[in-house]
Amino acid sequence: MSITRQPALLGTSGIIFLAVLFAASVLVPVLNLAVAPDSAVHVPTYVVSLLGKYLTYALLALSVDLIWGYVGILSLGQGAFFALGGYAMGMYLMRQIGTRGVYGDPVLPDFMVFLNWKELPWFWYGFDWFPFAALMVLLAPGILALVFGWFAFRSRVTGVYLSIITQAMTFALLLAFFRNDMGFGGNNGLTDFKDILGFNIQADGTRLTLFVLSALALGLGYVLCRFLVRSHFGKVLVAIRDAETRVRFTGYRAENYKLVAFVVSAMLAGIAGALYVPQVGIINPSEFSPANSIEIIVWVAVGGRGTLVGAALGAVLVNYAKTYFTSGMLAPYWLFMLGGLFVAVTLFLPKGIVGTYYDWREKRRRHDDIPAAPLAAPGPAE
Amino acid sequence: MTDTAMLAPSTPSEPAPAEKKELTEALLYLDAVTVTFDGFRALNALSFTVDPGEMRAVIGPNGAGKTTMMDVITGKTRPDRGDVFFNGGTTDLTKLDETQIATLGIGRKFQKPTVFENHTVLDNLRLALKGQRRALPNIFHRESAAARERIDEIFETIRLTEHRERLGGALSHGQKQWLEIGMLLAQDPKLLLVDEPVAGMTDAETAQTAELLREINANGHSVVVVEHDMTFVRDLGVRVMCLHEGSVLAEGTLDQVSANERVIEVYLGR
Amino acid sequence: MTSRARLFPSLRVLCAALALLFAAALVGTFPGRAEAQDISGALGQFTSNKYDDTEAALGALALSGSPAAAGIVSALADGRLVFGGLPPRVFIEGEGGALLDPLTMQPVADAPPVKPVRVNNRVRRAIEAANGALSLVSPDAGKRREAALAVGRSRDEAALPALDAALAKESDPQVKSAMNLARASILIGKEGISPAERIAAVELVGAEGNQDALAILRGVPDSAAPEVKQAAAQAIEGIERNLAMWGMAQNVWYGLSLGSVLLLAAIGLAITFGVMGVINMAHGEMVMLGAYTTFVVQEVIRTSYPGLFDASLLIAIPLAFLFTGLIGVIIERTVIRFLYGRALETLLATWGISLILQQAIRTIFGPTNREVGAPSWMSGSFEIGHLSITSGRLWIIVFALLVFFALLATLRLTRIGLEMRAVTQNRRMAASMGIRTNWVDAMTFGLGSGIAGMAGVALSQIDNVSPNLGQSYIIDSFLVVVFGGVGNLWGTLVGAMTLGVANKLLEPYAGAVLGKIALLVIVILFIQKRPRGLFALKGRSIEA
Repeated sequence: MSITRQPALLGTSGIIFLAVLFAASVLVPVLNLAVAPDSAVHVPTYVVSLLGKYLTYALLALSVDLIWGYVGILSLGQGAFFALGGYAMGMYLMRQIGTRGVYGDPVLPDFMVFLNWKELPWFWYGFDWFPFAALMVLLAPGILALVFGWFAFRSRVTGVYLSIITQAMTFALLLAFFRNDMGFGGNNGLTDFKDILGFNIQADGTRLTLFVLSALALGLGYVLCRFLVRSHFGKVLVAIRDAETRVRFTGYRAENYKLVAFVVSAMLAGIAGALYVPQVGIINPSEFSPANSIEIIVWVAVGGRGTLVGAALGAVLVNYAKTYFTSGMLAPYWLFMLGGLFVAVTLFLPKGIVGTYYDWREKRRRHDDIPAAPLAAPGPAE
Repeated sequence: MTDTAMLAPSTPSEPAPAEKKELTEALLYLDAVTVTFDGFRALNALSFTVDPGEMRAVIGPNGAGKTTMMDVITGKTRPDRGDVFFNGGTTDLTKLDETQIATLGIGRKFQKPTVFENHTVLDNLRLALKGQRRALPNIFHRESAAARERIDEIFETIRLTEHRERLGGALSHGQKQWLEIGMLLAQDPKLLLVDEPVAGMTDAETAQTAELLREINANGHSVVVVEHDMTFVRDLGVRVMCLHEGSVLAEGTLDQVSANERVIEVYLGR
Repeated sequence: MTSRARLFPSLRVLCAALALLFAAALVGTFPGRAEAQDISGALGQFTSNKYDDTEAALGALALSGSPAAAGIVSALADGRLVFGGLPPRVFIEGEGGALLDPLTMQPVADAPPVKPVRVNNRVRRAIEAANGALSLVSPDAGKRREAALAVGRSRDEAALPALDAALAKESDPQVKSAMNLARASILIGKEGISPAERIAAVELVGAEGNQDALAILRGVPDSAAPEVKQAAAQAIEGIERNLAMWGMAQNVWYGLSLGSVLLLAAIGLAITFGVMGVINMAHGEMVMLGAYTTFVVQEVIRTSYPGLFDASLLIAIPLAFLFTGLIGVIIERTVIRFLYGRALETLLATWGISLILQQAIRTIFGPTNREVGAPSWMSGSFEIGHLSITSGRLWIIVFALLVFFALLATLRLTRIGLEMRAVTQNRRMAASMGIRTNWVDAMTFGLGSGIAGMAGVALSQIDNVSPNLGQSYIIDSFLVVVFGGVGNLWGTLVGAMTLGVANKLLEPYAGAVLGKIALLVIVILFIQKRPRGLFALKGRSIEA
């Protein structure tokens, strides 16, 4: 009779993570609303939105970790899925402006009036209806990932090659969205939003709600990823990461597993983008820039690839540092620091913060436990 | 290179009656299979059959085409010419990919032991165990009692019960070989292709492995073993086939094959 | 492109007019050629000072063949043709207001009070025609040919008599064919000529096969006979096909030029990525450093040795190679060597290095574009057939190919090249044979980086030298290497040229941005089809 030691849905770090998230989503609103603005612990509304932005980045990092940490797909185009989700939300917000735009056109967004367009392009239909827009937040990145992944995984494009074509993908989208004729506002993107679901987008209450929703999305995203990687499905994913050929010879269609993970990951990124846009108030093509996607990878690497919690932590830490340093007198040196961080993490902390902590904990546990067996015995070389 | 390639008859469209009988009775049927890499003939009109329940040892010097032969059977390499049939000629393996062939019931152990290093030994077997292979259903897959029993049985067979919670990557070289054989068993294939199972093993481990393979064969699995180690091949005590330059040089008992003058010439050099 | 096309005709008219004036002056200085014709009647007509008479007089002058005619016409054009006295006579106002006899160009003794012959627009046109016609009989065959071409372009029916007269006298076959062409050009649009004559004209013009011929053929009047129109349509089609081919050739040239830029940018990466397996995201910054090296070299030359400016690029090339090569070696020794075999992690580390390098340059040189000048031999252009080729682009292509073959030779023929290949193929075996693999790694990375630096020297000539220079090349470079096939230098060459030409051939149909997008999509799809690129290294599966 075998002992089925199945890891719990939420490990210790997972519980801590969710608890912190929960505490934040209670404390931040309280400190914003109930504490006097001159108090030391008061959280101003702009900070609420800033924190909300970090949480959406954390969700984005989580989506990268799901495919990079567990399937070994290093996507350099994850920013594209994030941006597509953001644009879907931005299109909804644009339609909500109605006659309050500069040109006062009831249907056409300002930039279309400016370009002398007479009617709404077909792909803008339906975005005035929130459920449709919400669906598109999932479907736009999801379908792109499905099509792209179906081609790429079926023809067994892997490793560096896959990374480079994902980068080409987001670069192509960057160029496309810069074009005015595409109908997504060109260079300027979508901005000047007024309200969301009838609530003023600038109001404190709306901002707090968006923050709490971001925390909720991150929490649910984490639980979903955790559930996936713990399942038989998730074990196949890790097996693909480590020995894809073996998986095929064992009778699994590796490409289908990758595709499912890739699509789920893209949708999570899309949700992150959709929550990001109302909190920062703008979406423009620069979100597609390949540099952005690479930065996401760094968040995950800093926090710890393949740990989920680490990805979220890395996103928040790096972005906090970015906000801190780019606003002060150290601003010119931020890129030195970010660059140095990349180098330092890959050289000295290849498992990231959380991964290194796990290793340390494992070593202690085994030290207390039984004489150590080599954890990752190197096989015969080559 | 010999001229056999030129002289070998191409596959006739209508097989002769004897050939047809051979085809329908064989579990695995290879006929005139040729594979070329950049002008190098890895397989040269290779033909042989494996009967249901048979165990066959394949020997041959380096570059004889043993690994390429396995690549062709498991769908990793497409032959330039020739037929590869499975299940009494009912299935053309050249039209299928690795996954389909694995699902049909051909399991393969690689020359370099390949287990899932970041999974526990138990999870390695769970992943290999015959069952649901599709992605979406496996998100909600739960292990059945029968599956658990079967895994326990395999653990007994491959003698790794006490290592079940260790990571695959933490096993010794020999243990990895056994785990991989165990994973093949879990797949419950009709045919096992085993590439150099005792490379890097101690004598005792080698003997145990021979015993293990005989046991597997006795349970009704056909086995093709590629091995250099003659003691091990002798331990197996089965029909031996010697490959050279991509085709069969000699076939028979180990004694017959090792007495064959051409085999000696190939092994000892001219 | 379109604005240039529109500019051209007016430019040509200007040139033609100047040439005609020049020719007219020449005619004036060759009194010996023509027999003394009587042009006194025509001169008399000027004195009536009526536009109609002046025009008629011009026509007569043009046909007269008189050596004095050109001087008279140009005097009229300049307002120096005057008349006065009783009976009225015509004079040419010379230097300082002296009146000259129009036939002899000698001062006249008894100068009466005079006033200039009036000129209006109609007369002005007649002057131009007369000038053209006079040039048709110039003693210089080149001038006559020029004039014939100008007349052909003007398609002025009024020039027809002069043209016929000139044709009758013409003996030079080249000039004669130019005149026939001009005549045909005029006939095509002329009213009331027979269809057969018009078709002959159409065919004559059609054989010319350039943009001007196209314009002329489009001028066939609607009233023309159907067979004429059909002949014209056929000729137009033929010319358009011909011009499209030249246009295609021009695009191919642009494509090769772009391809050479891609090749320069990618070739260093073919070493660091293709041979060593390092995803060097700082590659673009090596190119950027090379461009800044050029800038610094030029600054030093400008302030200290201005005479060397034309040699600045030649000085910058080795310096850029050494400087970026050194940076490459430093990067390899301090970072990359700890990351071999972890390709995706080299991506992160080198991306970090690229940020640091960009920021360093921004701190030192500022964020704005720096001016890098072109030596004289890099500027200018010339034409082959209908192709226009700029020297700068030609040199870049030559340079890219030189770098490519130099690298190929280094890898094939030198000791270090041999060691590099040995280490790539089997590191342990190479090490056991006494090759210092660490040193070879550093040299290989340095070589790749140095080549990127040399590329930077060339790219400084066609791109803005700013801290972001490298960013714009990195994605394209990777695509080129992957498209061509990793680890295969020839693949990089073919890949760069293919992508460059494909890009330029797509542009006319899709526009620059959509063309680029289309190309990206094509490459993505291509990699699905051939995951290992154009020239994949095939072989026995080594992987277990």
